[in-house]
Amino acid sequence: MILAILTISLMAGLFGLILGYAAIRFKVEGNPVVEQIDALLPQTQCGQCTYAGCRPYAEAIANGEAPINQCPPGGQATIVALAGLLDTEVLELNAEHGEHLNVPLVAVIDEQTCIGCTLCIQACPVDAILGASKHMHTVIAEECTGCKLCLPPCPVDCIDMVPEQQTIDDWKWSVPSDPLKAVQDV
Amino acid sequence: MFKLHHFHGGMHLDGHKAESLGSGLKQASLPERLLLPLKQHIGEYNKPLVDVGNRVLKGHMIAASSSLFCASVHAPTSGIISAIEDYPIAHPSGQSDICIVIDVDGKDEAAEPVIVDPRQLSANEMIDLICRAGIVGLGGAVFPTSPKLSRGKAQGIDTLIINGVECEPYITCDDILMRNQAAEVIRGTGYLQHILKPGKTLIAIEDNKPEAIAAMSKALVATPLASTEIISIPTIYPSGGEKQLIQILTGKQVPHGQLAFDIGLYCQNVGTCVAITRALEFDQPMISRVVTISGDNISEPGNWEVRLGTPISHLVELAGGYSHGTSGHLVMGGPMMGFSLSTDRIPIVKASNSIMVMLRETIPQAPGYHDECIRCSKCTEVCPAQLLPQQLYWHARAKAYESTQEFHLFDCIECGCCSAVCPSQIPLVQYYRAAKSEIRAAQKAQLKSDRARIRFEFREKRLLLKKQKDDERRRLKREALKKKHAKPGDAAALADPVQAALDRVKARKKSLQDDSQ
Repeated sequence: MILAILTISLMAGLFGLILGYAAIRFKVEGNPVVEQIDALLPQTQCGQCTYAGCRPYAEAIANGEAPINQCPPGGQATIVALAGLLDTEVLELNAEHGEHLNVPLVAVIDEQTCIGCTLCIQACPVDAILGASKHMHTVIAEECTGCKLCLPPCPVDCIDMVPEQQTIDDWKWSVPSDPLKAVQDV
Repeated sequence: MFKLHHFHGGMHLDGHKAESLGSGLKQASLPERLLLPLKQHIGEYNKPLVDVGNRVLKGHMIAASSSLFCASVHAPTSGIISAIEDYPIAHPSGQSDICIVIDVDGKDEAAEPVIVDPRQLSANEMIDLICRAGIVGLGGAVFPTSPKLSRGKAQGIDTLIINGVECEPYITCDDILMRNQAAEVIRGTGYLQHILKPGKTLIAIEDNKPEAIAAMSKALVATPLASTEIISIPTIYPSGGEKQLIQILTGKQVPHGQLAFDIGLYCQNVGTCVAITRALEFDQPMISRVVTISGDNISEPGNWEVRLGTPISHLVELAGGYSHGTSGHLVMGGPMMGFSLSTDRIPIVKASNSIMVMLRETIPQAPGYHDECIRCSKCTEVCPAQLLPQQLYWHARAKAYESTQEFHLFDCIECGCCSAVCPSQIPLVQYYRAAKSEIRAAQKAQLKSDRARIRFEFREKRLLLKKQKDDERRRLKREALKKKHAKPGDAAALADPVQAALDRVKARKKSLQDDSQ
């Protein structure tokens, strides 16, 4: 009896030490699931999901605090990718958070009206606005994610969101009509 | 006897080549105005170097880019730049793109050429001249030739292949070019040899072009090149595809995800060889090309040497007009790989090897409903890239784009064999093209989001750093203030400057109260 207790206690202690050592030796920095979720999010940093950026939303999803259907810029493609990663059900995009646009938007500053207040520069999450105090500001179109965060702070309402310029290289071949649909139509 | 190999699949097609071969190579007259798209190659956009109202001479560079993967555009004749704006161009989308418009003055005045002896040039100087001449591969891909040559030279080339195969029906521009300009093709091949220093050179021509083979052999006798052979290969579509031709000539397959350079091979079209000869010997940039105009709705099919930018309607006029009145169905390229054009105002560009004018729609613009796949596997039998077209079709239709990549979608050369043999007439190639463009768009979006993430994280870091610095500065200031007040030995100031200030205010108030009383 005593021998058994001793043996078990000894083994428990030994394994405890091994596990404790392993926990320190093989410590994983950060949560790898968060990284993977973050990689699938579109990085617009727009906050439409009610979180302060894509990474906080990724953390919320990883902790089970938020559903996967709160990202309008990513749309259904992102939801499908997230469902695939997390092995959960594919949901419809929650319309409360906004609508998915096929052509991404880009901010344009009306240079005639801009007073150079720098408020939009401070609001831009990806540093895509260039300018200085009392000097005209402009948006670096290639870096703009279309998050609209620069709109509310502008005191003169001189920022417009326009669809991103599409070149002929962005054109896509259309998928042929589905034969099954033809049967249904008949 | 040279040993030839086979590639998997392929098709024997009706050539329809005799129609356009009867009348030889003709020089096309100048139209009233030329429309030159800024981008006629694969790669970056050019920027215009001219303004509206400028007069340009034949051979002037009118658009260029600093990017390496770019081919500049030159004025094909003299005239005045009348506009730089959007016009419909030869593109499967039917969309417009920015073009430089030259109002032709008819004088055809050329800029003074700077002629140097090509034999005195080093390989790099030759590549430079080819770059300045705006030369692109005329076989169909319109890839800029100078970066291709630089890479080929750097990687080392064992076999240089000159492609005079021209396997697609109706197209005869390379055939006519070899018959009429064989000497220039051979000299161009010589310059390529000078640049690439290959062990051997093979000039491949399909055996349905005996006149071209004869002309080329004669030219090779007149200008002998070291270890160069003209090879007649059997006629089978698509033997002119780079990877297929490599397999026929060498028995090697270009591995998945690699290019011909990686196995020591380099392919170039015969038309490109002529362009190289003209650039090096006569300082003439790429301003014209041979174009076949053929089909069942054109009065006099034939081949013309056409200035780039010439509207198709002008070429149709030269060919006697539409034989059945209306323009019918226009296709750029051949019936297998070509695409429909919406109007005959579209200009000829560097990629335009052939214009087909058909009565009926041979290539439907938007395929309607098709029948279901019956799993006959004919597509698999003909696929020259040895893919599984049926599997690709299922995955592309289900929009399972990752799976299409597992089935090597990007190895598909879009030759059209699978669509041609399909008994259900499924537009298979269009499914693949749609899948490819979706995947490319997703990759582009991924690149952008990766960049946004880096910028976002950098900004967060910067803001944090700034906050830390501000806090630190405030703290130092507070301490400095404390020390300053401590000097006169005032115990109260040393304790707390804020408290001292409050005390002072209190004292003043009190004295005011005392005064009022």
